[in-house]
Amino acid sequence: MKIKSLVISAATVALASTAYIGLSVAFDDDSHDWGDYQVEDRRSGYTYRSAETRALQDDEFENPGMVGVDHGAELWNIAEGSEGKACADCHGDASESMAKVGATYPKFNAASSKPINVEQRINLCRVENMGAEPFKYESGEMLNMTAFVKNQSLGEPVNVVIDGEMAPFFEKGKEFYYERRGQLDMACSHCHEDNEGNMIRADHLSQGQINGFPTYRFKWQKLGSVHRRFRGCNKNIRATPYKYGSDEYVNLELYLTWRGRGLPIETPAVRN
Amino acid sequence: MLKQKSLAKLLPLTVAAAGFFATAAVADVAPSDVVIVDDNEIPQALTDTAGDAAKGRELAVNRKKGNCLACHVMPIDEHGFHGEVGPSLWGVGGNYSAAELRLRVVNYKVLNEDVIMPAFYVNSNKMHRVLKKFEDKTLLSAQEVEDIVAYLQTLTEEQPD
Ligand code: HEC
Ligand code: HEC
Repeated sequence: MKIKSLVISAATVALASTAYIGLSVAFDDDSHDWGDYQVEDRRSGYTYRSAETRALQDDEFENPGMVGVDHGAELWNIAEGSEGKACADCHGDASESMAKVGATYPKFNAASSKPINVEQRINLCRVENMGAEPFKYESGEMLNMTAFVKNQSLGEPVNVVIDGEMAPFFEKGKEFYYERRGQLDMACSHCHEDNEGNMIRADHLSQGQINGFPTYRFKWQKLGSVHRRFRGCNKNIRATPYKYGSDEYVNLELYLTWRGRGLPIETPAVRN
Repeated sequence: MLKQKSLAKLLPLTVAAAGFFATAAVADVAPSDVVIVDDNEIPQALTDTAGDAAKGRELAVNRKKGNCLACHVMPIDEHGFHGEVGPSLWGVGGNYSAAELRLRVVNYKVLNEDVIMPAFYVNSNKMHRVLKKFEDKTLLSAQEVEDIVAYLQTLTEEQPD
């Protein structure tokens, strides 16, 4: 295990430095045609990563996040809980029933009068429809099931409702995005809006789009949720993170999903 | 216990020394006492000990201290990955006085309230949701700020093309 992770982190370092050397050619070229990965001025994190990382994401068989998706597909068919039901018993063929789901969440949930994300929708089904225990937020099962569900929307443009009853939550997410926090006293916007495209030491700053989550990161060596990424960015600026699945992060997720409107779902994306 | 006892024994001998250290500590200007002039400079040094430029250079590289390289290109060849978030610091020692540089390191937000650059000598209890272990602290000590200012003053050469 140790040796494997060493090898992979060496590869990550190599990738990072390729990105750095290739910077002026590959990334600063505004005329590069990114196809679906760019909509107006909105660019997927994909377009900021090295050619090697992008190739890995694009290869369905080599993409290391696909192991999780495959496991999610198995879980889809396994009956659990007091009702003796599997997801498939209610939703049938996921490629049809889940085709747009990943691109349209977070969605308003009438019962709790607030938006919920895919992870929370999965647990509602488990608890209310299957009589099963909820998955723990960042557990392998939850990540894999979420990745499986979102993968059904692969390539589907992100399109989330932000008006009506969603509006106040959207506003809160937006406020969070622009609010300074932590000992470094920075807001998300300082890095991902004001400095998108710039190098911050060895990191090439992207717009912080979330259309690829759950994402496989070399650093994590596994899939991770978007809330894990939020927590990481919060801790990097020495701010106290919020809990997985907290209202604050779901609101932020809603706002960021809107920032990436029109970008394709990429789950599972590959990032360094 | 043992420690206290031996300390007590030593006490009479160290009164003079302790007195000296206490004065040295008091001489550090506290973050809340820093005097900013014309919203552009801090003429008074934060400590009595002159800044050490060599130490300042190391602090500028250190990711847990200044980490200035994260955002600025600097004449520090042995480290790759200089950031491009802020302007190059080549020549900055020729363009600004020590007092002006001190203000920029202590709290750049005086000049630009939207700036990304962290304020290195403002107490973190002024900030929102600071991680517990960084509460009630400044990013750099008064002496570290002086060391960095001393280093920046040596950066008089303009960046070669
Ligand atoms: C000090 C700089 C900094 C701040 C502040 C910051 N981030 Fe990041 N963030 C990064 C870096 C560096 C990366 C990795 C490279 C990239 O994709 O930008 C990253 C990556 C991300 C990603 C992954 C993008 C992808 O394509 O997978 C998301 C999402 C994100 N950040 C969201 C946020 C949010 C939300 C906030 C505020 C709560 C925030 N960031 C604050 C530096 C920052
Ligand atoms: C997260 C990014 C960031 C970090 C870290 C950072 N800076 Fe800056 N710095 C900036 C930006 C951006 C500006 C330009 C602000 C403006 O123009 O309003 C700046 C401006 C400056 C200036 C004025 C330069 C000029 O030509 O006017 C000095 C001096 C400076 N920084 C020194 C430092 C030192 C010393 C450190 C480390 C102790 C440091 N900075 C760390 C982002 C940063």
